[in-house]
Amino acid sequence: MKRTRREILKAGAALAVTAGIPGRAFAQAGPVKVGMSMPQTGSLGAGGQAALVALRLWVDDVNQRGGLLNRKVELIAYDDQTNPANVPGIYTKLLDVDKVDLIIAPYGTVPTAPLMPMAKQRGLLVMGNFSFQVNAKVQHDMWFNNAPWNNASSWSDGFFANGRKLGAKTVAFLAADQEFAQNLANGARELAKKGNLKAVYDQNYPPTTTDFSSLVRGIRAAKPDMVFVMSYPNDSVAIVRAVNEIGIGSGVKMFGGGMVGLQFTPIMASLGSLLNGIVNYNSYVPGMKYPIDDFLKRYAQRAKEAKVDPLGFYLPPFNYAIGQMLEQAVNGAKSLDHKQLAAYLKKNEMKTVVGPIRYGPDGEWANARVVQAQFRGVVDKDVEQFRSPAKQVVIYPDAYKTGTVIAPFEKARKAKK
Amino acid sequence: MFFSFELLLEALMFGVLLGCFYTAVSIGLSVSFGLLDVPHVAHPAIMVLGSYATYIVASQGLDPILSGVLLMPVFFVLGVLVYRFYYESFERRGTEAGVRGLAFFFGLAFIIEIGLILVFGVDQRTVEAAYIGESLELGEYRIPYRMLVAFGVALVLTFSLTLYLSKTFTGRAIKAVAQDEPALRLMGANPVRIKQWAFGIATGVSALAGALLIIVGPVEPAIDRLYIGRTFCIVVLAGLGSMTGTLAAGLILGIAESMVLMFFGASWAPAVAFGLLLLVLGVRPQGLFGR
Repeated sequence: MKRTRREILKAGAALAVTAGIPGRAFAQAGPVKVGMSMPQTGSLGAGGQAALVALRLWVDDVNQRGGLLNRKVELIAYDDQTNPANVPGIYTKLLDVDKVDLIIAPYGTVPTAPLMPMAKQRGLLVMGNFSFQVNAKVQHDMWFNNAPWNNASSWSDGFFANGRKLGAKTVAFLAADQEFAQNLANGARELAKKGNLKAVYDQNYPPTTTDFSSLVRGIRAAKPDMVFVMSYPNDSVAIVRAVNEIGIGSGVKMFGGGMVGLQFTPIMASLGSLLNGIVNYNSYVPGMKYPIDDFLKRYAQRAKEAKVDPLGFYLPPFNYAIGQMLEQAVNGAKSLDHKQLAAYLKKNEMKTVVGPIRYGPDGEWANARVVQAQFRGVVDKDVEQFRSPAKQVVIYPDAYKTGTVIAPFEKARKAKK
Repeated sequence: MFFSFELLLEALMFGVLLGCFYTAVSIGLSVSFGLLDVPHVAHPAIMVLGSYATYIVASQGLDPILSGVLLMPVFFVLGVLVYRFYYESFERRGTEAGVRGLAFFFGLAFIIEIGLILVFGVDQRTVEAAYIGESLELGEYRIPYRMLVAFGVALVLTFSLTLYLSKTFTGRAIKAVAQDEPALRLMGANPVRIKQWAFGIATGVSALAGALLIIVGPVEPAIDRLYIGRTFCIVVLAGLGSMTGTLAAGLILGIAESMVLMFFGASWAPAVAFGLLLLVLGVRPQGLFGR
């Protein structure tokens, strides 16, 4: 059949238009795809795998309710190995090959940081996943973090406020040499300065540090009144062990603050009584009144099969909350358009298993809910003990307070209750 | 930054202990890479496999060090099998193919890591022993027992291997295969079998090093990545294949790291270690004890 030049041009134009349709439109025909990179191995792997169990639980729940916009929801998650270098490639694949409709950030500040410029450039809605101050410089207006903190003060103020009450005049800082810990350390230094606390020791350690004996000995020699530590899970364990072996000094009133990992059940169970006396941040501890019981019960069943954090207090509920927020935004906006979803999330209060969440203009929680809790009376080899509110006594903020801090640190280590 | 004679002594002491631990985790590589020229980047992964094997055996109530010793023959056989596969697939086909074996060992490391994740999950594992978590108090000084154990095991390993390589027929054959393979063949010995044996020893030693790794701190499947650079640095700094050199290089790295952590910016610790390597190689390209 012979075609005219006009017909050929029309066909060419139609082809060009079809090829130019963005990926999200192509995905309309199938399920709603939610994509993410998640540390499933490496130092954040334990947390990442537990978080995925919670997200998959939400996917099953939402599909039972009929999905999103009457379409089935599918979660696509790739392992970034806690290596930020893998993150841009993973999201490029998710967006351009898998054609996902919605994205969730990987767990943690370090893996999330490389995603932010790409998300801003492409105008993507990003549900943040327990990162800290990762949007402070990028200022992406479609960022919504699931973490219960906002600025540095929301995280560290409770620690310093209690230290000041105890009469602390000096502080030692020990921080991992990476994005999260440095963001936190910068804020903590500012807070210490404002509170007239003199920094007598301030060190950043590289992530390759294997033994912390020398560093702990250095802190002991500086004789600080309080020690603020900002570390990642493997380091946190090594630091706690080194403190137990070397000793931190009888003058230290409070120790802890920003140690990631001491919220994970396997780590808590492994450290056991070595945790006693440490005051550390947390997102949820038993006793806080959240509508969380049903979720924790169902999570525990799946966690057992997946061989991950059996209690799942720290990350899993907040990851389930990401799903709940996406569900409310999509149903509310009746669209998968990222701008409309972002507008909905900014305007409305979200109902989640970790209580109501309202966002501030920077995409962080308008009202932070980080608690500082002191480990007390923890015994060895008992996972179930951590279900009791008595093992992590909330000393800050007042709204959740269940006790006052025991000091000095050496005394708190021996306290039974 | 504080400075006192006591702190200096403590930094030195921690450095020696840390250095001995580094020696213990590098000495297997000193045999496989230093003497046999096998690009064994899976060495730390095999060591982590040793840690998990120790975890299983020790959970039956055995002492972790004893568990590591008991696992050595099993790992020896594993090493023999791995080398045989590497030899048949790569080394036999010439030097270039041998270098391509690097990919094989990378692959092996990944398989071990993923296998451990599938079986054990990504959570950290620890073992229990009377010497873990306690320390020896000498006046103001407190020395962790776990590091003293690493110190002792490293010394025993170094001197046993040095004696074995210099006093036994097979040991001397292993050294000979590293120096002149055709000459060894002319003497009637089979270099492949000697290398197979030596690789078995290197892997067997990794089982004990793995036991030390899980004694010194908790392990997780990906922890091998922390040790790739460090172990190769020690073996190269030592002068390939020297056991006493490995001990010296481990001590240098341990002491340098400890001093930097105690008195200078801790962030500089890796830079100082690798800076030392560059400095030594600039002056002595064959390493500290290389010929």
